[in-house]
Amino acid sequence: MSLVTRTLKRSVLPGSVLRDIGLACLAVMFTGLSYGAVAVTSGFPLWVPAAQSVFVLAGASEFLFIGIVAAGGSPVAAAMAGLLVNGRHLPYGLALPDVTGRGWRRIVGTHLMNDETVVFTLAQPDAPGQRAAYWLCGLGTLVSWSGGAVLGGLIGGAVHDTRAFGLDAMFPAIILALIVPSLRDRATRRAAVAGAAIALAVTPFTPAGLPILLALPAALLLLREPSA
Amino acid sequence: MKDTTLVVTGMAVLAAGTYAIRFSGPLLRARISFPPRAQRLLEAATVVLLVALVATTALTEGHGLAGAARPAGVLTGGVLAWRKAPFLVVVVTAAAVTAVLRLLGVG
Repeated sequence: MSLVTRTLKRSVLPGSVLRDIGLACLAVMFTGLSYGAVAVTSGFPLWVPAAQSVFVLAGASEFLFIGIVAAGGSPVAAAMAGLLVNGRHLPYGLALPDVTGRGWRRIVGTHLMNDETVVFTLAQPDAPGQRAAYWLCGLGTLVSWSGGAVLGGLIGGAVHDTRAFGLDAMFPAIILALIVPSLRDRATRRAAVAGAAIALAVTPFTPAGLPILLALPAALLLLREPSA
Repeated sequence: MKDTTLVVTGMAVLAAGTYAIRFSGPLLRARISFPPRAQRLLEAATVVLLVALVATTALTEGHGLAGAARPAGVLTGGVLAWRKAPFLVVVVTAAAVTAVLRLLGVG
């Protein structure tokens, strides 16, 4: 934490960046709230979203895991689907400058790599700013994501008739809201629609969880676009 | 939740695997370059998986179709999201539309 206070004192980061990181963490907290609530109302005990939010710390894969297991799919298959979604962290790590340092800082810092931290880090003009943005946004998302998940789980646990409140519509709506920016790209949208069609078509005949994985080959449609 | 041991195993695999992916990027940084085309394919794979998740959880229940209330709520949420409505508005509206339709007797 000393790094954070030092960062604030020395004002390595301009106020506008601090504000933007704060807003991003607030958004992460709201998503965390809905994640915890959805996990608990889908039948998971509170410790599942709580532990995932700290030890996985990658929202989309956690939602996917919960969704596949809640539908009756195998947890190991759900983990594999989650790992595929988290594959984007490999190019993230390749693109990032050395922001974590060595030893324990590297062990902890590596875990804080996520969509938000990478965006804010790469947007800073110099190395001290990049390190500060990485740690501040990384620790901020850790606290707001896990705090939101636990709070959401507690709220969700208090609701008994989830269908009457339409809470079963929240889960797909949350995911949709999170991926809409990627769907603005035409080629990606086409592949996604094809994948969804495959998943829906095989649902009557396949075990739960599998339809989502069978949608995956639709991503290969991207290979048809001319290489830029 | 059905089998706690199996769920914990799945959670551990996801957590450990994700950490390994995060750790390998900086290690390989000096040695390899990731082609932009492969990166784009990976991004598309993520979106395809998540849209398939949206479609199946919105439209199906078990091996059959869900009622009309949930898809209608999710569709409304989707339209709002496309029009750049705030996250909270999207999610609350989706739940509200579904709840009101059920109140009116739509499945």
